[in-house]
Amino acid sequence: MLSADTEHLLRELAPQVLGTVVRRFHDFASAEDAVQEALLAAALQWPREGVPDNPRGWLIQVAIRRMTDQVRSDVARRRREEAAASEMESVAIPAVELGASEEKDDTLILLFMCCHPSLSPSSAIALTLRAIGGLTTAEIASAFFVPEATMAQRISRAKQSIKASGVPFRLPSREQRSDLLRIVMHVLYLIFNEGYTSSSGEQIQRPELSKEAIRLTRMLHKSLLDEIEVAGLLALMLLTDARRNARTSSDGELIPLSRQDRTLWDRAEISEGVALVTSALAKGVIGPYQLQAAIAAVHDEAARSEDTDWPQILALYDLLKRMSDNPMVALNYAVAAAMVFGPAKGLALIEELASDGRLASHHRLDAARAHLEEMAGNFEAATRHYRIAANRTTSIPERDYLLAQAARLSEKQPQPSS
Amino acid sequence: MKYILLMNGSKAGVNSYRAWSKNDIQAHFDFLKRLNKDLTESGELVANEGLGAPEQAKVVRAGNNGTPITDGIFPETKEFLLGYWMVDVDRPERAYEIAARLSSGPGPGGVPTNMSIEVRQIMTRRTEEVS
Repeated sequence: MLSADTEHLLRELAPQVLGTVVRRFHDFASAEDAVQEALLAAALQWPREGVPDNPRGWLIQVAIRRMTDQVRSDVARRRREEAAASEMESVAIPAVELGASEEKDDTLILLFMCCHPSLSPSSAIALTLRAIGGLTTAEIASAFFVPEATMAQRISRAKQSIKASGVPFRLPSREQRSDLLRIVMHVLYLIFNEGYTSSSGEQIQRPELSKEAIRLTRMLHKSLLDEIEVAGLLALMLLTDARRNARTSSDGELIPLSRQDRTLWDRAEISEGVALVTSALAKGVIGPYQLQAAIAAVHDEAARSEDTDWPQILALYDLLKRMSDNPMVALNYAVAAAMVFGPAKGLALIEELASDGRLASHHRLDAARAHLEEMAGNFEAATRHYRIAANRTTSIPERDYLLAQAARLSEKQPQPSS
Repeated sequence: MKYILLMNGSKAGVNSYRAWSKNDIQAHFDFLKRLNKDLTESGELVANEGLGAPEQAKVVRAGNNGTPITDGIFPETKEFLLGYWMVDVDRPERAYEIAARLSSGPGPGGVPTNMSIEVRQIMTRRTEEVS
């Protein structure tokens, strides 16, 4: 059994080892397999024999040996001359110790590679978790509830696409970097959201994807301290994850923000997130992740729900709305407006959004409408919209929550005689 | 996002399938095998099963004390579930594409069956903050 410390060490070292092996062999796909085998070998040997003095060197050595074995057997298969095989013997144990800056570069290059624009989001997520997160294929498969064979194929195809795209193992140019970085951040954000589930205790052990996303984003942040949107993304994750223990009851029921037991919020995550977003915003260039983090911070800093600074949240959503044409942002703006100016204002804004088309059949529109109708005392309309929203959501905990709201309200009203 | 593709058939359809020639049945099996192979290789297949013959189906209800009362399929039942495919895809259109491919499987003489495939999204436990 691997201790938590050893597992942490292995997963920290995974991208560094991979970077070194890719630099040496210029073959990302095979190097990734070799490093995965080295990690497995360490997981078997280290608990028995103790962690070696130079764990990184150990992993690099095992991975390189796997690579040379591979190369050698390829060579043999192709019936090349003996000379070629003996040349491979000279691939020695690495003496290279990378400097701190190269190490950072390697993690970055690998992230850009795993989140390559040619990959679908689900492939990029799987490859990132394996190559950089150091998770095994079985762990990733269980996180996404698919068979291991299917996940193995997804990862191997992703590696083939990267190979086919011919992307070199080096940092992208300045011009390319911001576009690529946006994709990397999006992939990390998707991993975070994937881990945002309501657990009702019946679930088997699966990796905590939210924690993993935070770890990877922290890694990215350390490599790119000057990218303040990365700081914003890390802050957003921390400030959201801080509420995890308060978000669901012991039997898996969702608890809305306004009714959460705020003593259950993680203070350490909140202070770290607040510090990050405060210093990011002070730097002047504002991006959408920073704004979302700032909104989360305003919620997290309110001692009670009724202390929430809604005018501040409204102002932040207003900025966010100017920055992106995302109808979900406009919906959140409408809810914040209702909290500041009363439900009628929010409902009027939602009415406009309903004709937008992009949101028209989204359950969140109806859920927000139901919430505001309830605030306005229109229980019948609220019940109706809670039920429509319940019908439209694809999330079981949300459906149960919405149906419970509808049931609670319909008990308040006289039943229509049908 | 995960979808389940349900292959439904009528009693008449099931009966006519039983009268297919050996070659036609083989061609259909090959088609399904190929489809499953492709879906595994694309990293999309979650599960796939075929179901036993509709005649073997039982309808069960709880009687007094919860004891099972079993019944055969009612004669008026016209549609049966024959099998299902569960897939994990990036967008709904991809699930429809796979369903269309299932529907294009060869029938007698290689003519596509054009069976209707019901596509349903599988719910998740993922959630966002509720207000």
